Amino acid sequence: MQASAVSLQEIVDSTIESHHGKVGALLPVLHSIQDKLGHVPKEAVPMIAQAMNLSRAEIHGVMTFYHDFRSEPSGENIIHLCRAEACQAMGARELERHVMESLGIGYGETTADGLVTLEPVYCLGNCACTPSIRINDEIHARVSSEKFDDLLTRLQEKS
Amino acid sequence: MAIRIFVPRDATACALGADDVAEAIRTGAQGRGLDVEVIRNGSRGAFWLEPLLEVETDAGRVAWGPVAAADVAGLFEAGFPGESDHPLLLGPVDEIPWLARQQRLTFVRAGLGNPLSLEDYKSLDGFKGLERALAMEPQAIIDEVRESGLRGRGGAAFPTGIKWQTVLDAPGDSAIGQKYIVCNADEGDSGTFADRLLMEADPYQLIEGMTIAGLAVGATAGFIYLRSEYPHCRKVLEEAIFRAEQAAYLGDDIRGSGKVFRLELRIGAGAYICGEETSLLDSLEGKRGLIRFKPPLPAIKGLLGQPTVVNNVLSLAAVSTILAEGAAYYRDFGTGRSRGTLTVQLAGNIKRGGLVELPFGVTLRELVEDYGGGTASGRKARAIQLGGPLGTYLPESQWDVALDYEALAEIGGMLGHGGIVVFDDTVDMAQQARFAMEFCAVESCGKCTPCRVGSVRGVEVIDHLIAGTEREFNLALLDDLCDTMIEGSLCAMGGLTPYPVRSALEHFPEDFRR
Repeated sequence: MQASAVSLQEIVDSTIESHHGKVGALLPVLHSIQDKLGHVPKEAVPMIAQAMNLSRAEIHGVMTFYHDFRSEPSGENIIHLCRAEACQAMGARELERHVMESLGIGYGETTADGLVTLEPVYCLGNCACTPSIRINDEIHARVSSEKFDDLLTRLQEKS
Repeated sequence: MAIRIFVPRDATACALGADDVAEAIRTGAQGRGLDVEVIRNGSRGAFWLEPLLEVETDAGRVAWGPVAAADVAGLFEAGFPGESDHPLLLGPVDEIPWLARQQRLTFVRAGLGNPLSLEDYKSLDGFKGLERALAMEPQAIIDEVRESGLRGRGGAAFPTGIKWQTVLDAPGDSAIGQKYIVCNADEGDSGTFADRLLMEADPYQLIEGMTIAGLAVGATAGFIYLRSEYPHCRKVLEEAIFRAEQAAYLGDDIRGSGKVFRLELRIGAGAYICGEETSLLDSLEGKRGLIRFKPPLPAIKGLLGQPTVVNNVLSLAAVSTILAEGAAYYRDFGTGRSRGTLTVQLAGNIKRGGLVELPFGVTLRELVEDYGGGTASGRKARAIQLGGPLGTYLPESQWDVALDYEALAEIGGMLGHGGIVVFDDTVDMAQQARFAMEFCAVESCGKCTPCRVGSVRGVEVIDHLIAGTEREFNLALLDDLCDTMIEGSLCAMGGLTPYPVRSALEHFPEDFRR
C-alpha cells in the first residue's frame, strides 16, 4: 500500500505541475489523472486538495457533479449508450433493454468478467444516423440489437 | 499524378465505417497498382450518404455513397476510381440535389478539403476576415458585426454585435486587466451536430472568428469549451490550434501585427447544464457547473469576474465571413429580422438526415418532407421536436410554420440550436413527456428548487398519469408544477422543460389515457 501511495502522490504532483498557471485547472487535472489511471482514486483527493490549495469538499463536489469522473476503476471497456430523443426516435429504448439483458447489468455497473462498464450518455452528436453508442473513443451509428451483439463479440475476442 | 480520393474523417462518417473504407481503398489500389492519394476531408453534412466517397476529376468531384468497406472491392471491379455504372455512383457531388439546393454560407467549406490543412483553408478564402480585422479599429469591427444582423446561434438569438459592444465598453478590473473570449462548444441538445460538423470540417473558421472577436473587444485570451462526448472533434481542434500557433495565426504576434490572442481547448466532463453560459464559466473556473444569477451579465463579469464574450461556435465562425465579405453580404442572405442563414439538423427518424443551411423562411414541412424524405422507418411521421430536449413537440397541424425566430415564437416554439427530431407513429408521447422531466432531473445543476425538485416530482406525477391514478388531480398538479418551473427557475433548463411536457399533453392527450 505504501509503495502505491507514493507513486500516486508522484502522479498527482506531476499532473498538477504540468497544469501550473492554468485558469481553473481542476477539471484538466482530474481529466489527466483519470486518463492515466482510469479513475481518480479516493486517496488522490486529499493530495489534489493539498497541492491546489482547495478543500477536499471542493474536489469531491466537482468529482460528483460531472458524469465523467469516477472514483472506482471501470471495466476494460466503457460503453456509453445514448438515451436522448434522436436515438429514442429510432429505437434506443429497445436497444437499451437488449443491451442490459445481454450484459446482465444496468447503468453504472460492470460485467462480472470485468469486460464492460455500461454508462448512459445524453447525445453523441450522431443524431442523423441513430441509435448511437460509444465504445471507449469510438462512436457507432445505426446500432441495432444485432449490430450491438457483433460489437460485443469483437470486444470479447479482443480481450 | 496520384488520383485524389476523399473519405471523410467526420465522427458520423467514422461511426458508419469511414476508417475501414479508407483502408480498403488504400489496400485495393495498392493491389491493383493504382496511384491514389486518400484524403480525409470533413463531411459535407449529407449524413444519409456517409461514408461518401469523392474522386477528383477534370470535370469536378464525383461521388459514391453510402459506401461500406465491403463495397470497395466491387467498386474497383466496376472501374473505380473511374466513373462506372455501379449502383452506388451518385455522379458529380455538386449536382446531388440535397446539397445543390442548399445555400451554404457558414458551411461553404465543409467537406471540401483536409480540415487541418492551412493551405486548403487559405485557398478557400480563409483568413481573409482576420487580415482585414487586423487593420481595423476595434469599434469598426464591432460596427461591421452589428450591421450584419448576426444573432447568437446557440439558441438564445441575442444580437452578437451588442454583446461585443458591452464587453468592449466594460472597464474590466484594472488589477487583472484581462478580457476573455469563450466559445461555447458544449453542444448538448439531442438532434444537433452543426457545431461538431463545423469544428471537424472547418476548424480554422472558428479559430479565425475567435481571433477577430479578441481583436474587437480587446481580449488576448480565449477558450473553446468542448464537450467530452466529441472525441473526434477534440483531436481535430487540438491539431488545428497547434498548427495555427505554428503559423502565427494564434499567439503573441498574430501575423506580424504585434497583436496577441492565445487560445486554449478545454474539455467538459459530461454535464448538459454546462451549455448554459454561466454554468460553463463556473466549469471553466474549475468548479461545479452551477448557474449564476444574472445580472451581472458575463459581458460585464464573466470568467474570473472579467468582461467575457461567450458565443456559440456558429456565431463565432460566422464572424469570419462577415469580416471577409462585409456586413451587407451576410445581412442580405436573410429575410425580415432573422439575418444570415438558417442552420438546421435533420435527425431522429428521418430518411435523409444531416445538416441543411438555407436562407430563413422555409417551413418545417418542406424541410422534413422535401429534404428529409420523410421517416427512415417509412411509417407516418407523428411528432417533431424542435430546438432540442427543451423544445416543444409539434403535431402535424403545426408543420407549416416558417422556421424563423418570430414565426416560431407565435406558436410557442423555438428554433434553439436548430435541432429537428422526427418521430414516427410508434412514439408514445407520454413516455416522451416523462423523459423530458427525467432528463431535467438527471442534468439539473441543483441550484434552484423548481428545477431540482420539480423535475423529480414531474416524473412521479407523469407516472401516476400513465398509470391512470387520480387523473384530474394529477393533471392539475402537473400543470401547477409546470407553472412553478417556468416562473421560478433560474435558467432555461428548469424554465423550458415544461414546454415538451405541455406540448405532448396538449397535442397528444390520447397517449396519456392508455
